[in-house]
Amino acid sequence: MDINIKIKDREGVIHDILAPTDMAMNLMEVVRSYELAPEGTIGICGGMAMCASCQCYVTSKHELPKMSDDEDAMLAEAFDVEDNSRLGCQIQMTPELEGLEVELAPES
Amino acid sequence: MIETDILIIGAGPTGLFTVFEAGLLKLRCHLIDALAQPGGQCSEIYPKKPIYDIPAYPEILAGDLTEKLLEQGKQFQPGFTLGERAETIDKQDDGTFIVTTNKGTKHKAPVVAIAGGLGSFEPRKPKIDNLEQFEDNGVEYIIKEPELYRDKDVVIAGGGDSALDWSIFLTDVAKSVTLIHRRNEFRGALDSVEKVQELKNLGKINLITPAEVKGILGDDKVTGVVVEQKDKEPFIIDTDHFIPLFGLAPKLGPIGNWGLEIEKNAIKVDNSLDYQTNIPGIYAIGDVNTYPGKLKLILCGFHEATLMCQSAYKRIFPDKKYVMKYTTVGGVEGFDGTKKEAPKAVVKAIN
Repeated sequence: MDINIKIKDREGVIHDILAPTDMAMNLMEVVRSYELAPEGTIGICGGMAMCASCQCYVTSKHELPKMSDDEDAMLAEAFDVEDNSRLGCQIQMTPELEGLEVELAPES
Repeated sequence: MIETDILIIGAGPTGLFTVFEAGLLKLRCHLIDALAQPGGQCSEIYPKKPIYDIPAYPEILAGDLTEKLLEQGKQFQPGFTLGERAETIDKQDDGTFIVTTNKGTKHKAPVVAIAGGLGSFEPRKPKIDNLEQFEDNGVEYIIKEPELYRDKDVVIAGGGDSALDWSIFLTDVAKSVTLIHRRNEFRGALDSVEKVQELKNLGKINLITPAEVKGILGDDKVTGVVVEQKDKEPFIIDTDHFIPLFGLAPKLGPIGNWGLEIEKNAIKVDNSLDYQTNIPGIYAIGDVNTYPGKLKLILCGFHEATLMCQSAYKRIFPDKKYVMKYTTVGGVEGFDGTKKEAPKAVVKAIN
């Protein structure tokens, strides 16, 4: 099943896209699959919560999976962090996230 | 001047495997890497992470893979220029290339193989408006010479291992050490966190959390930093040095200005043939290249390195005949005089 999500890219353009929930994809990979940020500027570490290049701000009220220690520690070191910051690579696409709205953090 | 047959930019898994494949063709290699140790991302970012898609290794730690690649290529005696970034490339009249590093080390080779992964690892810089203006005048991102800080006031920012370790180390050298971190918690080896706590209790480390450095003061040299701490007015700390330690991030860097065709932050190559770039004699292999259907996988880098070496051989020895030989048949003859080969079966007649 696919879910609808809204992603605001780094230029401020909002994209309404469909994300599959059955391919073990995370938000960072969804962004890459739609090429919403240039290759090499997002998902640099490949999704290990080790670079913060996929940092995003969650602007909808969805209940997201809890932050792992790795993600929390990486965000402690990242720049432009806000209270609603998350690492896209740590957010798995699940049916519960239908309607999710996020904004990509600036490139760091 | 360092001279070699194939000059490899980047000592990650692809670069290291190139040494082996080139060695089978009796070509010597030299590697340049901005990091102080070989292994690239595998040793810098995730040495303790398991990799599951290296053929014949159901599971191997990235750090162990690096060790094994070094072991596999060691009889071909690769040279290394580590801790230096390849900065410029100049083509000579005889068709060879000279690559010069940021420290001025020169390397000459008829073939250059860029195996630069995501680029060279550079320190991540906090967003402070006048930060760059003080670089090397009180702002340092890497501590090279601890004596520089003898009897000086030092402010370190960051919350990871290097911020903790250097804060501890510099308490014995500097006049004062202030450690500033955005959070109250530190991530790092437990020993280091406890040691910092102990030094804080002894008054040897001035710990300011949760806080961030937002500005730098001084004319031509750093004289102080502006600190913003939660629920407080911004305040100034007088200091001689400000050392932001926020880890390293890869950047394509100077390679991007070598006149190579770049697409998607990667170097375009001819994947139908030999992974050569738009400049004959310069190849790009592994994560640093792009072509239709490219996958950034270590195993793809190995394949690309192998084909590249065959092409490099033809470029260096255009008139010499050669066909690929299986290692099972020919063994592996090192430049160090060693030879690995299958043991000969014992032949004995039966009467």
